[in-house]
Amino acid sequence: MTPFDIFQVVLFLGVLLALVKPVGAYMALAFADTTNGVNRVGGKVERVLYRLAGVRADEQMSWRRYAIAMLVFNLLGVFAVYALQRLQQWLPLNPQHFGALTPDLAMNTAISFASNTNWQAYGGESTMSYLTQMLGLAVQNFLSAATGIAVLLAVIRGFTRRSADSVGNFWVDMTRCTLYVLVPFSLVIALLLSSQGVVQNFKNYVDVPLVQNTTAVETVKDAAGNTVKDAQGKDVTRSSTVTTQTLPMGPAASQIAIKQLGTNGGGFFNANSAHPFENPTPFSNFIEMLAIFLIPAGLCYTFGSMVGDRRQGWAILATMLLIFVPLAFGAIAAEQAGNPALHGLAVDQQASALQAGGNMEGKETRFGIAASGLFATVTTAASCGAVNAMHDSLTPLGGLVPMWLMQLGEVIFGGVGSGLYGMLAFAVVAVFIAGLMVGRTPEYLGKKIEAHEMKMASLAVLVPCALVVICTAIAVMTPAGVAGIANPGAHGFSEVLYAVTSAANNNGSAFGGLSANTPFWNVLLAVCMWLSRFLLAVAMLAMAGSLAAKRHVPPSAGTLPTHTPLFVTLLACVVIVVGALTFLPALALGPIAEFLMSVR
Amino acid sequence: MGKLIRSAIVMLLLMTVITGVAYPLAVTGLAQVLFPSQANGSLIVKDGRPIGSSLMGQSFDDPRYFWGRPSATTPQPNNGTSSTGSNLGPTNPALTDAAKQRIDALHAADPGNAAPIPVDLVTASGSGLDPDISLAAADYQAARVARARGLSTSQVKAMVTMATTGRQFGVLGEPRVNVLKLNLALDGR
Repeated sequence: MTPFDIFQVVLFLGVLLALVKPVGAYMALAFADTTNGVNRVGGKVERVLYRLAGVRADEQMSWRRYAIAMLVFNLLGVFAVYALQRLQQWLPLNPQHFGALTPDLAMNTAISFASNTNWQAYGGESTMSYLTQMLGLAVQNFLSAATGIAVLLAVIRGFTRRSADSVGNFWVDMTRCTLYVLVPFSLVIALLLSSQGVVQNFKNYVDVPLVQNTTAVETVKDAAGNTVKDAQGKDVTRSSTVTTQTLPMGPAASQIAIKQLGTNGGGFFNANSAHPFENPTPFSNFIEMLAIFLIPAGLCYTFGSMVGDRRQGWAILATMLLIFVPLAFGAIAAEQAGNPALHGLAVDQQASALQAGGNMEGKETRFGIAASGLFATVTTAASCGAVNAMHDSLTPLGGLVPMWLMQLGEVIFGGVGSGLYGMLAFAVVAVFIAGLMVGRTPEYLGKKIEAHEMKMASLAVLVPCALVVICTAIAVMTPAGVAGIANPGAHGFSEVLYAVTSAANNNGSAFGGLSANTPFWNVLLAVCMWLSRFLLAVAMLAMAGSLAAKRHVPPSAGTLPTHTPLFVTLLACVVIVVGALTFLPALALGPIAEFLMSVR
Repeated sequence: MGKLIRSAIVMLLLMTVITGVAYPLAVTGLAQVLFPSQANGSLIVKDGRPIGSSLMGQSFDDPRYFWGRPSATTPQPNNGTSSTGSNLGPTNPALTDAAKQRIDALHAADPGNAAPIPVDLVTASGSGLDPDISLAAADYQAARVARARGLSTSQVKAMVTMATTGRQFGVLGEPRVNVLKLNLALDGR
């Protein structure tokens, strides 16, 4: 690694940590019921919205009612996005005249965006109208993020309320999160991105003349759509001269801001944040990485503040960093080492003052190795899934890091809200294990952890694991699953494992070689995304409901303190052990096998 | 339950108006006023007509021009409406074959140059539209372009310097050369 590689990571972490307290404290104010500077201004807007929707803001919901409101709201979002995709050819703001999507692709995309996954089996600039992007996809970017944070707030109230039968009001939590956090933050980020060159307009695509003409080579297809083969069995191709380049346009900056901030990750363009119009400069890249971690990191502080002990929030954040930092450096080191397959050729992969060197396949020159490797770990530690380099072309170990970060359950920062409530499930498991060791009833944040809480926490921890393992097995045993694989050997298995891992942990990034726009993949991954997102959310709400009903237990001499380095280490070990034990066999067949073969 | 569903529908509509209409329109209005060039694609305009975007790489294979990053877009390289990387895995023989072809093409255009080729000239970019190459990649090609154009290498290198951007704020990203700007400058445009 070069000094610049290391410095860029340190700078990123430094800026992030400096923002944790202000952002976290602001969010605590934004979500609070008491009057303060934030809701004094926005309270009027809030009240208008509640009146129009017939919502009573002072209604306190049981966990069941909270869960039902959350599910109904998200299901409606799925229907809306599905309808927009199926009807876009008749709707306005479609300058390129894109047609309707197939039912399976539209269903997959609708669930993908509602579940905060943003798995994309389509290319934005060749599929989606401006209207579908802004009115369907971008709206779900906001609302799925707000949903995640709302569920987290309910879970936190489970710890803070005593002998209560309610966990808050879903409509109020969702509205405050959108109005006070997501929209204003996105506006600032969108303008910063726009200043760097991210497009933001409603114009038609622009044709520019090429400086040097180029050649398009297309395979010839017969009337049935099959490729025509010549006598030697090779595809027949037709060449034509291309004299212009068509530049895509659209309201991209506004959507990309929330795509990063809400840990959604769905690109406006197919190449996502590798696209020069989606991520034009190293500074836009820095902003986009920061936006991914901003809310998940800030929420740790908000959590500590809400439970009345900020050390609890810092301890969670420390656990996340303890796992994240070594993996980030590991991924960058693996990419900087380059691709052994090119060693015998007349290629210079050595880093120098004149080039980044390393494994540049699938990477952009302006980002080089450090800004690509760091982005890959940030986007998979959080459940964002935006990419600024093609993960399919990462080195075996460089690709293992993002895959494993997702497999850890998206709790190392994780999705907005969902990452922290996932980590709280792991914390419950950790105090339970500690309780077993010393033979005491475990407690966390002043609440006794009993059988019901353990069941719900185990569900939250094990559902994504089970989905990944089972659905990967289904995919590799099914001809329709294997048909999508692009790369040979162990890497082909990695493509399948990565896709299912990404969907079942609501990340959304891909080893993009996999041809996933088939009915088989669209359905399988939609099932993974939906179950993982909402089974987990409902399980955590059920835990919140039962915790809220409990009395507060004052800490005694036998209580395990949960803000100490000891607990941070224990929690990190639990996360790692679950992730390692579950996935080591699968990883051995994919990236580890590929690594061993590449260095032989 | 009926009341809940009605509330949910109205909430979704209201939120759609705020986040799906008001918000993108506000960003568009502000961006068009504050950053009109950037918000419209960073177009390079000559005589009132756009002749390219400084953010969008074009494809070059003439020895007289600097070549950019290989592009895996289809059906033609640097296809602006179909961004993609190659998605070839690191151990895929097709990746090594593609690199060999690019090495052969670079050697054929510049037979006397035995220097090792900077890796960004033989590997496909992530977007298929990368506008930049590394300083090493520009250095590697400078003598060839100078010879093909009857210029001195130092003249060409001076133009390379004009098209070079350093690390942003001195630390972020990588130093790089914008290929389209450089080639337009070489053509005197």
